Amino acid sequence: MGERLESGGLVAPARGGPPVQEARRRVSAAFWRHSWLRAVALLVPPLGWFLLLYVAALAVLFVSAFWSVDVFTTKVVHVWNVDNFKQIVDSAAWRRVVARTVVIAALVTITDAVLAFPFAYYMARVAKRRTRALLFVLVLLPLWSSYLVRVYAWKVILAQDGILNWSLTKIGLPAANIGYSNTAMWVVFSYIWLPFMILPIYAALERIPNSFIEASRDLGGRGFRTFRSVILPLALPGVLAGSIFTFSLTLGDYITPTLVGGASSTFIGNVVYNTGLGASGDLPFAAAFASIPLIVMAIYLALARRAGAFEAL
Amino acid sequence: MRRIRKVHVLVALSAVALCVPASGAGKASGLPSKIGKGEGKLTMIAWEGYLDAKWVKPFVKQTGCKVQAKYAGTSDEMVTLMRTGGGGQYDMVSASGDASLRLIYGKDVQPVNTNLVPSWKQFFKAFQSPPNNTVGGQHYGISLQWGPNTLLYNTKKVKPAPTSWSAIYSSKYKGRITVPNNPIQIADVALYLSKTQPSLGIKDPYELNQKQFNAAIALIKRQKPLIKKYWGLSSDEVSLFKNGDAWIGASWPVTTGSIQAAKVPVKEIIPKEGATGWLDTWMLSSKAKHPNCAYKWYGYISSPKVQALQATTYGETPVNKLACVEMNKLSKGSCHTYHADAPESYYRSIKFWKTPVADCGNGQKNCMDYRKWVNAWNQAVS
Repeated sequence: MGERLESGGLVAPARGGPPVQEARRRVSAAFWRHSWLRAVALLVPPLGWFLLLYVAALAVLFVSAFWSVDVFTTKVVHVWNVDNFKQIVDSAAWRRVVARTVVIAALVTITDAVLAFPFAYYMARVAKRRTRALLFVLVLLPLWSSYLVRVYAWKVILAQDGILNWSLTKIGLPAANIGYSNTAMWVVFSYIWLPFMILPIYAALERIPNSFIEASRDLGGRGFRTFRSVILPLALPGVLAGSIFTFSLTLGDYITPTLVGGASSTFIGNVVYNTGLGASGDLPFAAAFASIPLIVMAIYLALARRAGAFEAL
Repeated sequence: MRRIRKVHVLVALSAVALCVPASGAGKASGLPSKIGKGEGKLTMIAWEGYLDAKWVKPFVKQTGCKVQAKYAGTSDEMVTLMRTGGGGQYDMVSASGDASLRLIYGKDVQPVNTNLVPSWKQFFKAFQSPPNNTVGGQHYGISLQWGPNTLLYNTKKVKPAPTSWSAIYSSKYKGRITVPNNPIQIADVALYLSKTQPSLGIKDPYELNQKQFNAAIALIKRQKPLIKKYWGLSSDEVSLFKNGDAWIGASWPVTTGSIQAAKVPVKEIIPKEGATGWLDTWMLSSKAKHPNCAYKWYGYISSPKVQALQATTYGETPVNKLACVEMNKLSKGSCHTYHADAPESYYRSIKFWKTPVADCGNGQKNCMDYRKWVNAWNQAVS
């Protein structure tokens, strides 16, 4: 470490005597001669950080999923077994939670894609410069306020005596009664993650050269044909990139189900929270459950990669 | 540079040396026989509202023990907090009956010498050595306050007024019912079953054999489609009733107070089947760093005046018999409202929370333990 710092000139040179200066010269010469050494010195700190704090944490999660806890004291017992995973597979309740989470995440992704595409298209290809800037601000504005505040706002909107039902009855429609339900979760999730879908689609659409569309027109492609054969295939990686965000963010969430979900709205994240931090203090089981979204996401990412989603990131 | 560093080391060493005798005091093998000089600090995990400035400020002034509060929303959070960092981070915890035995068996808390708490002798007999904080004659903490788990309903929407817990199991109020998301809720179901299905032979709602337990879980599963939401924090239930999403449900007196304060027409009752209740205990961490301040707190918080002040502020019932007079001084009739003047038999009719264990108390070990309760509850409501 010390050598690297000195080679970088972070230590004031005035105080160093001739031997120090000599050493420094040698170090910098070594760095100059061996470019790999430079690369190593540059990469070790961030890579070490990444491995230690990020990958190691995931590894510990995976490893502890194969441990169990002492029934009486709820302290972790380090004996290898697959009981936790067996419990998840065997229990109808846990299977239901996983299925519910994945299905709602998929529904939210589809909803966001459908909503985001025309919006992003307008932003990228129709709107004038100033309108585009305004739309950008509108898309990003919700992200400036806390996630929690926005979910709470929805809780109030969807409540029985909330704004939604109040407005509906005012215009003579029956009350919607969707507060504290899976429908409420679907609405709130779709709202919250929408910007994460709009931006990648926008990026993909903006990159399509005008000449492509002109070429399509020249070849007799009408509006819909051009859209289907030129724009959509080129924008698809953007849609997939956005779907990675919306899908994984929904998959891992546990706050929205707690706040706006109903009696049958438990998500994977809630089970992790309840079993790990909650009454049973069963961290190994929570770890096993927490690895499910990781597995689901790994499969999803592999599929998305095959479809070229990472080119639009 | 080097010299400065040496000085730093010396300072650090002396600081450590100063800490050692202070932390050693609580770890003595037997119970302490007298309260020493305060350590100037007391770290506590408490229910929100349990460390109100109204009674904490005078305590700090009297004893010089600065109170550092950490609020927890659930019993589970309290247990987890007491265990984080190997314990020792917090001196005391205001544990409810569903947490206290877990802390005792997990060796997270230490026995307390009741002789050092003068007011303890003024407690109702039932709260001097209740089974949720006294094990084998050892007192693991001093009882604080208690309250029943009541049936709460909106008087405008729920008609006729309910008299039985059956109201939260009937489809009449489908989608308007709320109950706590807490495994100990199984005991409420068991209490109801003990009256409605006597053939199951449930004597104690916390000591259930497999058959009784299965019956309770089956009822919870049947009840689930009727539930609007399982509430986690007391504030969740307040907003459910305030926004008209829930009309009826299981509640705590303090919640009822908040909802009434929001001008929602609600009423709480103890139904004819009886009720479960919670009893909170100030427990002392087995690795407490400030045991003398903790004992000073015990003496202070158990005294009739402070007991009455907390009871009327928070909306719960004191364990000190002499608090009744003080309560009426603070707010007329409050002693009777919170049943602080009820006969001992009344307390015995409330089934107080305790952590279920395999030992059924009758020599048999075939009861469902808390882990089974948690597993079954989590799956039934997921």
